[in-house]
Amino acid sequence: MSMDINMKVNIAGVEWKNPVTVASGTFGSGAEFADYVDLNRLGAVTTKGVANVPWTGNPTPRVAETYGGMMNAVGLQNPGIDVFCERDIPFLRKYDTKIIVNVCGRSEEDYCEVVERLSGEDVDMLEINISCPNVKEGGIAFGQNPKAAEEITKAVKKYAKQPVIMKLSPNVTSIAEMAKAVEAGGADAVSLINTITGMKIDINRKTFVLANRTGGVSGPAIHPVAVRMVYEAANAVKVPVIGMGGIMTAEDAIEMILAGASAVSVGTANFHNPSVTMEIVDGIREYMEQQGFASVADMVGIVK
Amino acid sequence: MTKKRELAEVISQEKAARGIYSMWIRTESAKEAKPGQFISMYANDGSKLLPRPISICEIDREGGALRVVYRVTGKNTGTEEFSRLKAGDTLPIVGPLGNGFPYEKAEGKKAFLIGGGIGVPPILELAKEMECEKKQIIVGYRDEETFLREEFEQNGEVYISTEDGSVGTKGNVMDAIRENALDADVIFACGPTPMLRAVKAYAEENGIECYISLEERMACGIGACLACVCQSKEKDHHSNVHNKRICKDGPVFLSTEVEI
Repeated sequence: MSMDINMKVNIAGVEWKNPVTVASGTFGSGAEFADYVDLNRLGAVTTKGVANVPWTGNPTPRVAETYGGMMNAVGLQNPGIDVFCERDIPFLRKYDTKIIVNVCGRSEEDYCEVVERLSGEDVDMLEINISCPNVKEGGIAFGQNPKAAEEITKAVKKYAKQPVIMKLSPNVTSIAEMAKAVEAGGADAVSLINTITGMKIDINRKTFVLANRTGGVSGPAIHPVAVRMVYEAANAVKVPVIGMGGIMTAEDAIEMILAGASAVSVGTANFHNPSVTMEIVDGIREYMEQQGFASVADMVGIVK
Repeated sequence: MTKKRELAEVISQEKAARGIYSMWIRTESAKEAKPGQFISMYANDGSKLLPRPISICEIDREGGALRVVYRVTGKNTGTEEFSRLKAGDTLPIVGPLGNGFPYEKAEGKKAFLIGGGIGVPPILELAKEMECEKKQIIVGYRDEETFLREEFEQNGEVYISTEDGSVGTKGNVMDAIRENALDADVIFACGPTPMLRAVKAYAEENGIECYISLEERMACGIGACLACVCQSKEKDHHSNVHNKRICKDGPVFLSTEVEI
Protein backbone atom coordinates (compact mmCIF):
# COMPACT_ATOMS: atom_id res chain seq x y z
CA MET A 1 0.00 0.00 0.00
CA SER A 2 1.81 3.10 -1.12
CA MET A 3 -0.97 5.57 -1.61
CA ASP A 4 0.01 9.18 -1.06
CA ILE A 5 -2.23 10.42 1.72
CA ASN A 6 -2.61 14.15 2.18
CA MET A 7 -3.88 14.90 5.67
CA LYS A 8 -3.48 18.67 5.25
CA VAL A 9 -6.50 20.92 5.44
CA ASN A 10 -6.87 24.59 4.62
CA ILE A 11 -9.10 26.44 7.07
CA ALA A 12 -9.72 30.04 6.01
CA GLY A 13 -6.26 30.31 4.47
CA VAL A 14 -4.40 28.61 7.33
CA GLU A 15 -2.88 25.24 6.51
CA TRP A 16 -3.12 22.62 9.25
CA LYS A 17 -1.04 19.43 8.93
CA ASN A 18 -4.15 17.37 9.71
CA PRO A 19 -7.81 18.08 10.48
CA VAL A 20 -7.61 17.46 14.22
CA THR A 21 -7.64 20.12 16.92
CA VAL A 22 -8.93 20.13 20.47
CA ALA A 23 -12.05 21.77 21.86
CA SER A 24 -11.40 24.91 23.85
CA GLY A 25 -11.46 24.37 27.60
CA THR A 26 -10.64 20.67 27.50
CA PHE A 27 -6.93 21.01 26.84
CA GLY A 28 -5.72 24.00 28.87
CA SER A 29 -3.19 25.89 26.81
CA GLY A 30 -1.59 22.65 25.61
CA ALA A 31 1.12 22.58 28.29
CA GLU A 32 -1.08 20.56 30.63
CA PHE A 33 -1.33 17.77 28.04
CA ALA A 34 2.23 17.87 26.70
CA ASP A 35 3.20 14.75 28.70
CA TYR A 36 0.39 12.77 27.06
CA VAL A 37 0.22 14.18 23.53
CA ASP A 38 2.86 15.02 20.93
CA LEU A 39 1.58 18.52 20.24
CA ASN A 40 3.51 18.47 16.95
CA ARG A 41 1.06 15.88 15.69
CA LEU A 42 -2.04 18.04 16.13
CA GLY A 43 -3.40 20.14 13.29
CA ALA A 44 -3.93 22.94 15.76
CA VAL A 45 -4.18 23.56 19.48
CA THR A 46 -7.26 25.53 20.51
CA THR A 47 -6.59 27.17 23.85
CA LYS A 48 -8.93 27.68 26.78
CA GLY A 49 -11.03 30.84 26.52
CA VAL A 50 -9.17 33.99 27.47
CA ALA A 51 -10.65 37.35 28.45
CA ASN A 52 -9.25 40.86 28.78
CA VAL A 53 -8.86 40.40 32.56
CA PRO A 54 -8.56 37.30 34.79
CA TRP A 55 -11.84 35.51 35.55
CA THR A 56 -12.36 33.48 38.74
CA GLY A 57 -15.01 31.20 37.25
CA ASN A 58 -17.96 29.56 39.03
CA PRO A 59 -18.15 27.94 42.48
CA THR A 60 -17.58 24.16 42.74
CA PRO A 61 -18.79 21.54 41.99
CA ARG A 62 -18.11 22.54 38.41
CA VAL A 63 -18.46 19.14 36.72
CA ALA A 64 -20.67 16.08 36.86
CA GLU A 65 -20.80 12.86 34.93
CA THR A 66 -23.93 12.01 32.95
CA TYR A 67 -24.83 8.84 31.06
CA GLY A 68 -22.41 8.79 28.12
CA GLY A 69 -21.28 12.32 28.81
CA MET A 70 -20.60 15.01 31.33
CA MET A 71 -21.71 18.47 32.33
CA ASN A 72 -19.53 21.41 33.15
CA ALA A 73 -20.04 24.87 34.53
CA VAL A 74 -16.44 25.98 34.98
CA GLY A 75 -17.47 29.51 34.05
CA LEU A 76 -14.49 30.37 31.85
CA GLN A 77 -11.92 30.73 34.61
CA ASN A 78 -8.87 32.20 32.90
CA PRO A 79 -5.71 34.12 33.80
CA GLY A 80 -6.41 37.06 31.48
CA ILE A 81 -4.81 38.04 28.20
CA ASP A 82 -1.56 39.43 29.68
CA VAL A 83 -0.49 36.17 31.31
CA PHE A 84 -1.72 34.26 28.26
CA CYS A 85 0.49 36.28 25.90
CA GLU A 86 3.54 36.11 28.15
CA ARG A 87 3.32 32.44 29.00
CA ASP A 88 1.10 30.38 26.72
CA ILE A 89 1.90 31.72 23.26
CA PRO A 90 5.70 31.27 23.63
CA PHE A 91 5.11 27.75 24.97
CA LEU A 92 2.94 26.71 22.02
CA ARG A 93 5.25 28.34 19.46
CA LYS A 94 7.92 25.77 20.33
CA TYR A 95 5.73 23.18 18.61
CA ASP A 96 4.99 22.69 14.94
CA THR A 97 1.23 23.19 15.21
CA LYS A 98 -1.22 26.03 14.59
CA ILE A 99 -2.42 28.14 17.51
CA ILE A 100 -6.11 28.98 17.76
CA VAL A 101 -6.91 31.35 20.60
CA ASN A 102 -10.40 31.10 22.02
CA VAL A 103 -11.64 34.52 23.12
CA CYS A 104 -14.38 35.15 25.67
CA GLY A 105 -15.93 38.33 27.00
CA ARG A 106 -18.87 39.90 28.77
CA SER A 107 -19.40 42.76 26.31
CA GLU A 108 -18.52 43.73 22.76
CA GLU A 109 -15.74 45.92 24.15
CA ASP A 110 -14.26 42.98 26.08
CA TYR A 111 -14.07 40.81 22.97
CA CYS A 112 -12.63 43.61 20.84
CA GLU A 113 -9.99 44.45 23.44
CA VAL A 114 -8.67 40.87 23.44
CA VAL A 115 -8.86 40.56 19.65
CA GLU A 116 -6.99 43.84 19.21
CA ARG A 117 -4.35 42.75 21.70
CA LEU A 118 -3.90 39.47 19.82
CA SER A 119 -3.53 41.28 16.48
CA GLY A 120 0.11 41.91 17.39
CA GLU A 121 0.77 38.37 18.63
CA ASP A 122 2.11 35.35 16.82
CA VAL A 123 -1.06 33.24 16.73
CA ASP A 124 -2.76 31.70 13.71
CA MET A 125 -6.50 31.96 14.22
CA LEU A 126 -9.04 33.33 16.67
CA GLU A 127 -12.11 31.50 17.86
CA ILE A 128 -14.77 33.77 19.33
CA ASN A 129 -16.81 32.09 22.03
CA ILE A 130 -20.32 33.51 21.80
CA SER A 131 -21.87 30.33 23.06
CA CYS A 132 -20.75 29.56 26.61
CA PRO A 133 -23.88 28.63 28.58
CA ASN A 134 -22.18 29.04 31.94
CA VAL A 135 -21.58 32.76 32.29
CA LYS A 136 -24.40 35.13 33.03
CA GLU A 137 -23.46 38.04 30.80
CA GLY A 138 -21.89 38.05 27.37
CA GLY A 139 -21.16 34.64 25.89
CA ILE A 140 -24.49 33.08 25.14
CA ALA A 141 -26.27 36.47 24.92
CA PHE A 142 -24.52 36.95 21.59
CA GLY A 143 -24.91 33.33 20.54
CA GLN A 144 -28.68 32.91 20.57
CA ASN A 145 -29.77 35.87 18.48
CA PRO A 146 -28.74 36.01 14.79
CA LYS A 147 -28.66 39.82 14.70
CA ALA A 148 -26.49 40.04 17.84
CA ALA A 149 -24.20 37.31 16.50
CA GLU A 150 -23.76 39.16 13.20
CA GLU A 151 -23.02 42.43 15.02
CA ILE A 152 -20.40 40.94 17.36
CA THR A 153 -18.75 39.23 14.37
CA LYS A 154 -18.57 42.54 12.51
CA ALA A 155 -17.15 44.24 15.60
CA VAL A 156 -14.33 41.76 16.21
CA LYS A 157 -13.50 41.57 12.51
CA LYS A 158 -12.61 45.27 12.62
CA TYR A 159 -9.77 44.51 15.02
CA ALA A 160 -8.77 41.00 13.96
CA LYS A 161 -5.55 40.42 12.04
CA GLN A 162 -6.03 36.65 12.05
CA PRO A 163 -8.90 34.65 10.53
CA VAL A 164 -11.93 34.61 12.84
CA ILE A 165 -13.82 31.43 13.70
CA MET A 166 -17.20 32.05 15.34
CA LYS A 167 -18.09 29.30 17.82
CA LEU A 168 -21.80 28.57 17.72
CA SER A 169 -24.23 27.38 20.36
CA PRO A 170 -26.54 24.42 19.76
CA ASN A 171 -29.07 26.05 22.10
CA VAL A 172 -30.85 27.77 19.18
CA THR A 173 -33.90 27.12 17.01
CA SER A 174 -31.99 27.17 13.71
CA ILE A 175 -28.26 26.53 13.55
CA ALA A 176 -28.32 27.30 9.81
CA GLU A 177 -29.65 30.77 10.51
CA MET A 178 -26.94 31.41 13.13
CA ALA A 179 -24.21 30.19 10.77
CA LYS A 180 -25.52 32.45 8.00
CA ALA A 181 -25.67 35.41 10.39
CA VAL A 182 -22.00 35.16 11.41
CA GLU A 183 -20.99 34.53 7.80
CA ALA A 184 -22.82 37.74 6.87
CA GLY A 185 -20.90 39.46 9.66
CA GLY A 186 -17.63 38.42 8.05
CA ALA A 187 -16.72 35.21 9.90
CA ASP A 188 -13.92 33.30 8.16
CA ALA A 189 -15.09 29.97 9.62
CA VAL A 190 -17.58 28.60 12.11
CA SER A 191 -17.09 25.98 14.79
CA LEU A 192 -19.85 23.96 16.42
CA ILE A 193 -21.30 22.70 18.60
CA ASN A 194 -20.60 24.20 22.00
CA THR A 195 -22.23 22.33 24.88
CA ILE A 196 -25.97 21.78 25.25
CA THR A 197 -27.46 23.31 28.39
CA GLY A 198 -28.48 20.66 30.90
CA MET A 199 -29.29 20.05 34.55
CA LYS A 200 -28.61 17.24 36.98
CA ILE A 201 -30.23 16.76 40.37
CA ASP A 202 -28.82 14.82 43.31
CA ILE A 203 -31.85 12.89 44.56
CA ASN A 204 -30.29 12.15 47.96
CA ARG A 205 -29.23 15.71 48.73
CA LYS A 206 -32.32 16.97 46.86
CA THR A 207 -30.45 19.75 45.17
CA PHE A 208 -28.56 20.56 41.98
CA VAL A 209 -25.32 18.65 41.41
CA LEU A 210 -23.55 21.67 39.93
CA ALA A 211 -23.15 24.81 42.01
CA ASN A 212 -24.23 26.75 38.91
CA ARG A 213 -27.46 24.65 38.75
CA THR A 214 -27.17 24.26 34.97
CA GLY A 215 -24.16 23.24 32.92
CA GLY A 216 -23.09 22.39 29.41
CA VAL A 217 -23.55 18.76 28.38
CA SER A 218 -20.81 17.24 26.25
CA GLY A 219 -19.51 13.80 25.31
CA PRO A 220 -20.69 10.95 23.08
CA ALA A 221 -24.31 11.33 24.28
CA ILE A 222 -24.59 14.54 22.23
CA HIS A 223 -22.62 13.35 19.17
CA PRO A 224 -25.66 12.70 16.90
CA VAL A 225 -26.99 16.17 17.70
CA ALA A 226 -23.62 17.63 16.73
CA VAL A 227 -23.45 15.66 13.47
CA ARG A 228 -26.92 16.89 12.48
CA MET A 229 -26.03 20.51 13.27
CA VAL A 230 -22.68 20.34 11.47
CA TYR A 231 -24.55 18.98 8.44
CA GLU A 232 -27.12 21.80 8.56
CA ALA A 233 -24.50 24.52 9.08
CA ALA A 234 -22.19 23.18 6.37
CA ASN A 235 -25.07 23.20 3.91
CA ALA A 236 -26.02 26.76 4.85
CA VAL A 237 -22.67 28.56 4.52
CA LYS A 238 -19.63 28.70 2.23
CA VAL A 239 -17.05 29.23 4.98
CA PRO A 240 -15.39 26.15 6.49
CA VAL A 241 -17.03 24.38 9.41
CA ILE A 242 -15.01 22.96 12.31
CA GLY A 243 -17.09 20.14 13.76
CA MET A 244 -17.13 19.09 17.37
CA GLY A 245 -19.40 17.43 19.88
CA GLY A 246 -18.78 14.05 21.47
CA ILE A 247 -15.98 12.85 19.20
CA MET A 248 -14.43 9.87 21.01
CA THR A 249 -12.89 7.94 18.11
CA ALA A 250 -11.57 8.36 14.57
CA GLU A 251 -14.89 6.96 13.34
CA ASP A 252 -16.78 9.76 15.10
CA ALA A 253 -14.42 12.33 13.56
CA ILE A 254 -14.83 10.88 10.08
CA GLU A 255 -18.61 10.96 10.49
CA MET A 256 -18.37 14.66 11.25
CA ILE A 257 -16.16 15.26 8.18
CA LEU A 258 -18.54 13.37 5.90
CA ALA A 259 -21.37 15.52 7.30
CA GLY A 260 -19.51 18.65 6.17
CA ALA A 261 -16.80 19.52 8.69
CA SER A 262 -13.48 20.60 7.16
CA ALA A 263 -11.77 19.90 10.48
CA VAL A 264 -12.74 18.48 13.86
CA SER A 265 -12.18 19.27 17.53
CA VAL A 266 -11.83 16.63 20.21
CA GLY A 267 -13.07 17.72 23.63
CA THR A 268 -14.49 15.54 26.38
CA ALA A 269 -12.62 12.50 25.04
CA ASN A 270 -9.39 14.11 26.28
CA PHE A 271 -10.65 13.50 29.82
CA HIS A 272 -11.37 9.85 29.08
CA ASN A 273 -7.97 9.21 27.53
CA PRO A 274 -5.46 12.07 27.53
CA SER A 275 -3.70 10.68 24.44
CA VAL A 276 -6.87 10.06 22.42
CA THR A 277 -6.11 12.74 19.81
CA MET A 278 -3.09 10.76 18.63
CA GLU A 279 -5.29 7.70 18.03
CA ILE A 280 -7.83 9.85 16.16
CA VAL A 281 -5.18 11.32 13.83
CA ASP A 282 -3.87 7.81 13.08
CA GLY A 283 -7.38 6.42 12.64
CA ILE A 284 -8.39 9.05 10.10
CA ARG A 285 -5.27 8.26 8.06
CA GLU A 286 -6.02 4.52 8.16
CA TYR A 287 -9.59 5.12 7.00
CA MET A 288 -8.35 7.28 4.12
CA GLU A 289 -5.94 4.52 3.07
CA GLN A 290 -8.61 1.84 3.28
CA GLN A 291 -11.24 3.91 1.48
CA GLY A 292 -8.90 5.40 -1.10
CA PHE A 293 -9.23 9.06 -0.16
CA ALA A 294 -6.13 10.98 -1.25
CA SER A 295 -7.00 14.12 0.70
CA VAL A 296 -9.24 15.15 3.57
CA ALA A 297 -10.93 17.71 1.31
CA ASP A 298 -12.23 14.80 -0.81
CA MET A 299 -14.19 13.55 2.19
CA VAL A 300 -15.71 16.82 3.39
CA GLY A 301 -19.50 16.89 3.14
CA ILE A 302 -19.80 14.04 0.63
CA VAL A 303 -22.90 12.74 2.39
CA LYS A 304 -25.68 14.85 0.92
CA MET B 1 5.05 12.78 25.29
CA THR B 2 6.23 10.51 28.08
CA LYS B 3 3.06 9.41 29.86
CA LYS B 4 -0.10 7.61 28.84
CA ARG B 5 -3.20 5.92 30.08
CA GLU B 6 -2.25 2.31 30.85
CA LEU B 7 -4.14 -0.90 31.42
CA ALA B 8 -3.51 -2.04 34.98
CA GLU B 9 -4.07 -5.66 36.00
CA VAL B 10 -5.93 -6.53 39.17
CA ILE B 11 -3.75 -8.69 41.43
CA SER B 12 -6.27 -9.17 44.21
CA GLN B 13 -9.37 -7.60 45.68
CA GLU B 14 -11.18 -7.99 48.97
CA LYS B 15 -13.86 -6.29 50.97
CA ALA B 16 -12.25 -4.24 53.77
CA ALA B 17 -15.46 -3.08 55.47
CA ARG B 18 -19.09 -2.45 54.59
CA GLY B 19 -18.96 -0.67 51.22
CA ILE B 20 -15.14 -0.37 51.35
CA TYR B 21 -12.90 -2.42 49.06
CA SER B 22 -9.16 -3.01 48.95
CA MET B 23 -7.52 -3.76 45.61
CA TRP B 24 -3.92 -4.37 44.55
CA ILE B 25 -3.15 -3.57 40.91
CA ARG B 26 -0.04 -4.17 38.82
CA THR B 27 1.07 -0.91 37.22
CA GLU B 28 4.14 0.80 35.85
CA SER B 29 3.16 3.88 37.80
CA ALA B 30 4.06 2.26 41.14
CA LYS B 31 7.77 2.99 40.56
CA GLU B 32 7.34 6.75 40.82
CA ALA B 33 4.40 6.91 43.25
CA LYS B 34 4.56 8.82 46.53
CA PRO B 35 2.27 8.79 49.57
CA GLY B 36 -0.60 11.26 49.17
CA GLN B 37 -0.71 10.99 45.39
CA PHE B 38 -3.71 9.53 43.58
CA ILE B 39 -4.49 7.64 40.40
CA SER B 40 -7.28 8.25 37.89
CA MET B 41 -9.22 4.99 37.60
CA TYR B 42 -11.52 4.52 34.61
CA ALA B 43 -14.60 2.31 34.39
CA ASN B 44 -14.66 -0.30 31.62
CA ASP B 45 -18.29 0.71 31.05
CA GLY B 46 -18.01 3.21 28.19
CA SER B 47 -21.01 5.23 29.39
CA LYS B 48 -18.90 6.37 32.35
CA LEU B 49 -16.32 8.70 30.85
CA LEU B 50 -14.66 10.52 33.68
CA PRO B 51 -11.84 9.15 35.78
CA ARG B 52 -12.39 8.41 39.46
CA PRO B 53 -9.54 9.98 41.44
CA ILE B 54 -8.58 7.36 44.05
CA SER B 55 -5.83 7.93 46.61
CA ILE B 56 -2.95 5.51 46.87
CA CYS B 57 -3.06 3.43 50.05
CA GLU B 58 0.15 1.40 49.66
CA ILE B 59 3.05 1.28 47.21
CA ASP B 60 5.14 -1.76 46.26
CA ARG B 61 7.80 -0.16 44.07
CA GLU B 62 9.88 -3.31 43.53
CA GLY B 63 6.83 -5.41 42.69
CA GLY B 64 5.33 -2.67 40.51
CA ALA B 65 2.03 -2.64 42.37
CA LEU B 66 -0.28 -0.17 44.06
CA ARG B 67 -3.00 -0.71 46.63
CA VAL B 68 -6.16 1.36 46.58
CA VAL B 69 -8.81 1.26 49.29
CA TYR B 70 -11.97 2.97 48.16
CA ARG B 71 -15.65 3.40 48.93
CA VAL B 72 -18.43 2.25 46.62
CA THR B 73 -20.44 5.43 46.22
CA GLY B 74 -23.74 3.90 45.13
CA LYS B 75 -25.59 1.61 42.77
CA ASN B 76 -24.45 1.58 39.12
CA THR B 77 -21.43 3.75 39.89
CA GLY B 78 -17.89 3.43 38.60
CA THR B 79 -16.69 2.42 42.06
CA GLU B 80 -19.30 -0.36 42.15
CA GLU B 81 -17.85 -1.63 38.86
CA PHE B 82 -14.35 -1.53 40.38
CA SER B 83 -15.56 -3.56 43.37
CA ARG B 84 -16.59 -6.40 41.05
CA LEU B 85 -13.15 -6.70 39.42
CA LYS B 86 -11.29 -9.93 40.11
CA ALA B 87 -7.65 -11.02 39.87
CA GLY B 88 -6.61 -10.96 36.21
CA ASP B 89 -9.17 -8.33 35.19
CA THR B 90 -7.87 -5.03 33.84
CA LEU B 91 -8.82 -1.40 34.18
CA PRO B 92 -7.43 1.75 32.55
CA ILE B 93 -5.57 4.12 34.86
CA VAL B 94 -3.50 7.29 34.64
CA GLY B 95 -1.03 8.14 37.32
CA PRO B 96 0.45 8.72 39.74
CA LEU B 97 -1.04 12.21 39.86
CA GLY B 98 -0.83 15.15 42.23
CA ASN B 99 1.91 16.29 44.57
CA GLY B 100 1.72 13.94 47.58
CA PHE B 101 2.54 14.60 51.24
CA PRO B 102 5.82 16.47 51.93
CA TYR B 103 6.63 13.98 54.68
CA GLU B 104 10.28 15.03 54.88
CA LYS B 105 8.96 18.04 56.84
CA ALA B 106 8.31 15.66 59.75
CA GLU B 107 11.92 14.67 60.27
CA GLY B 108 12.88 15.01 63.93
CA LYS B 109 9.40 16.25 64.84
CA LYS B 110 6.33 15.02 66.64
CA ALA B 111 3.72 14.40 63.98
CA PHE B 112 0.00 13.80 63.71
CA LEU B 113 -1.09 11.63 60.80
CA ILE B 114 -4.85 12.14 60.65
CA GLY B 115 -7.31 10.25 58.48
CA GLY B 116 -11.09 10.34 58.49
CA GLY B 117 -13.55 8.08 56.69
CA ILE B 118 -12.43 7.34 53.15
CA GLY B 119 -9.53 9.74 53.81
CA VAL B 120 -7.98 7.05 56.01
CA PRO B 121 -6.28 4.94 53.27
CA PRO B 122 -3.58 7.41 52.05
CA ILE B 123 -2.41 7.78 55.66
CA LEU B 124 -1.14 4.18 55.62
CA GLU B 125 1.62 4.64 53.03
CA LEU B 126 2.46 7.96 54.66
CA ALA B 127 2.86 6.19 58.01
CA LYS B 128 5.06 3.55 56.42
CA GLU B 129 7.43 6.00 54.73
CA MET B 130 7.55 8.88 57.18
CA GLU B 131 10.45 9.20 59.57
CA CYS B 132 9.87 11.38 62.59
CA GLU B 133 10.47 11.58 66.33
CA LYS B 134 6.94 10.65 67.31
CA LYS B 135 4.42 9.17 64.88
CA GLN B 136 0.87 9.60 66.19
CA ILE B 137 -1.75 8.17 63.87
CA ILE B 138 -5.28 9.40 64.57
CA VAL B 139 -7.95 7.74 62.48
CA GLY B 140 -11.69 8.38 62.55
CA TYR B 141 -14.38 5.92 61.54
CA ARG B 142 -18.16 5.75 61.55
CA ASP B 143 -18.42 2.56 63.63
CA GLU B 144 -16.59 -0.62 64.67
CA GLU B 145 -15.47 -1.36 61.09
CA THR B 146 -12.03 0.12 61.63
CA PHE B 147 -10.42 -0.94 58.35
CA LEU B 148 -6.58 -0.84 58.11
CA ARG B 149 -6.31 -0.59 61.92
CA GLU B 150 -3.87 -3.52 62.35
CA GLU B 151 -1.64 -2.16 59.62
CA PHE B 152 -1.56 1.26 61.27
CA GLU B 153 -0.59 -0.36 64.58
CA GLN B 154 2.56 -1.75 62.95
CA ASN B 155 3.60 1.76 61.92
CA GLY B 156 3.07 4.07 64.90
CA GLU B 157 0.95 4.96 67.94
CA VAL B 158 -2.67 4.62 66.90
CA TYR B 159 -5.64 6.56 68.33
CA ILE B 160 -9.12 5.81 67.06
CA SER B 161 -12.34 7.77 67.09
CA THR B 162 -15.73 6.44 66.05
CA GLU B 163 -18.92 8.39 65.53
CA ASP B 164 -20.94 5.82 67.46
CA GLY B 165 -18.33 5.36 70.21
CA SER B 166 -17.98 1.62 69.54
CA VAL B 167 -14.17 1.84 69.35
CA GLY B 168 -11.81 4.41 70.90
CA THR B 169 -12.99 7.94 71.52
CA LYS B 170 -16.64 8.69 70.76
CA GLY B 171 -16.72 11.58 68.29
CA ASN B 172 -14.22 12.70 65.70
CA VAL B 173 -10.44 12.79 65.36
CA MET B 174 -10.22 16.14 67.18
CA ASP B 175 -12.04 14.58 70.14
CA ALA B 176 -9.46 11.75 70.14
CA ILE B 177 -6.60 14.27 70.15
CA ARG B 178 -8.13 16.15 73.11
CA GLU B 179 -9.08 13.03 75.07
CA ASN B 180 -5.56 11.64 74.80
CA ALA B 181 -3.92 15.06 75.35
CA LEU B 182 -1.78 14.66 72.24
CA ASP B 183 0.43 17.34 70.76
CA ALA B 184 2.42 17.75 67.58
CA ASP B 185 4.81 20.03 65.66
CA VAL B 186 3.49 19.03 62.25
CA ILE B 187 0.19 17.63 60.96
CA PHE B 188 -0.75 15.64 57.85
CA ALA B 189 -4.46 15.05 57.28
CA CYS B 190 -6.90 13.59 54.78
CA GLY B 191 -10.64 13.28 55.22
CA PRO B 192 -14.02 14.94 54.78
CA THR B 193 -14.10 18.73 54.52
CA PRO B 194 -15.69 19.36 57.97
CA MET B 195 -12.86 17.32 59.56
CA LEU B 196 -10.19 19.15 57.57
CA ARG B 197 -11.75 22.47 58.56
CA ALA B 198 -11.48 21.50 62.25
CA VAL B 199 -7.90 20.26 61.83
CA LYS B 200 -6.92 23.43 59.96
CA ALA B 201 -8.48 25.64 62.67
CA TYR B 202 -6.72 23.67 65.43
CA ALA B 203 -3.37 23.90 63.63
CA GLU B 204 -3.70 27.61 63.03
CA GLU B 205 -4.79 28.37 66.62
CA ASN B 206 -1.75 26.48 67.89
CA GLY B 207 0.68 27.66 65.22
CA ILE B 208 1.32 24.13 63.91
CA GLU B 209 2.54 23.47 60.38
CA CYS B 210 -0.30 21.51 58.77
CA TYR B 211 -0.77 19.77 55.42
CA ILE B 212 -4.26 18.80 54.28
CA SER B 213 -5.30 16.67 51.33
CA LEU B 214 -8.39 18.01 49.56
CA GLU B 215 -10.98 16.43 47.31
CA GLU B 216 -13.26 17.83 44.61
CA ARG B 217 -15.04 16.52 41.52
CA MET B 218 -12.50 16.24 38.70
CA ALA B 219 -12.68 15.79 34.95
CA CYS B 220 -9.15 15.66 33.54
CA GLY B 221 -7.06 14.96 36.66
CA ILE B 222 -4.02 16.63 35.06
CA GLY B 223 -4.61 20.33 35.60
CA ALA B 224 -6.27 21.32 32.34
CA CYS B 225 -10.03 21.54 32.85
CA LEU B 226 -10.12 23.71 35.99
CA ALA B 227 -13.04 21.74 37.46
CA CYS B 228 -11.46 20.85 40.82
CA VAL B 229 -10.34 24.21 42.12
CA CYS B 230 -10.20 25.40 45.69
CA GLN B 231 -9.86 28.95 46.95
CA SER B 232 -6.30 29.99 47.67
CA LYS B 233 -4.91 32.78 49.79
CA GLU B 234 -2.38 33.92 47.23
CA LYS B 235 -2.89 34.41 43.52
CA ASP B 236 -1.70 31.23 41.94
CA HIS B 237 0.87 31.56 39.16
CA HIS B 238 -1.09 29.26 36.87
CA SER B 239 -4.62 30.65 37.31
CA ASN B 240 -3.69 34.28 38.07
CA VAL B 241 -6.77 34.29 40.34
CA HIS B 242 -7.29 33.00 43.89
CA ASN B 243 -7.85 29.42 42.73
CA LYS B 244 -5.61 26.38 42.97
CA ARG B 245 -6.12 23.12 41.11
CA ILE B 246 -6.59 20.25 43.55
CA CYS B 247 -5.49 17.64 40.99
CA LYS B 248 -2.27 19.35 39.95
CA ASP B 249 -1.24 21.92 42.60
CA GLY B 250 -2.57 19.54 45.29
CA PRO B 251 -4.24 17.45 46.48
CA VAL B 252 -2.01 18.27 49.47
CA PHE B 253 -1.81 21.93 50.51
CA LEU B 254 -0.27 23.80 53.41
CA SER B 255 -3.40 24.59 55.43
CA THR B 256 -2.72 28.32 55.50
CA GLU B 257 -2.58 28.42 51.66
CA VAL B 258 -6.21 27.47 51.13
CA GLU B 259 -9.72 28.43 52.25
CA ILE B 260 -12.03 25.48 52.85
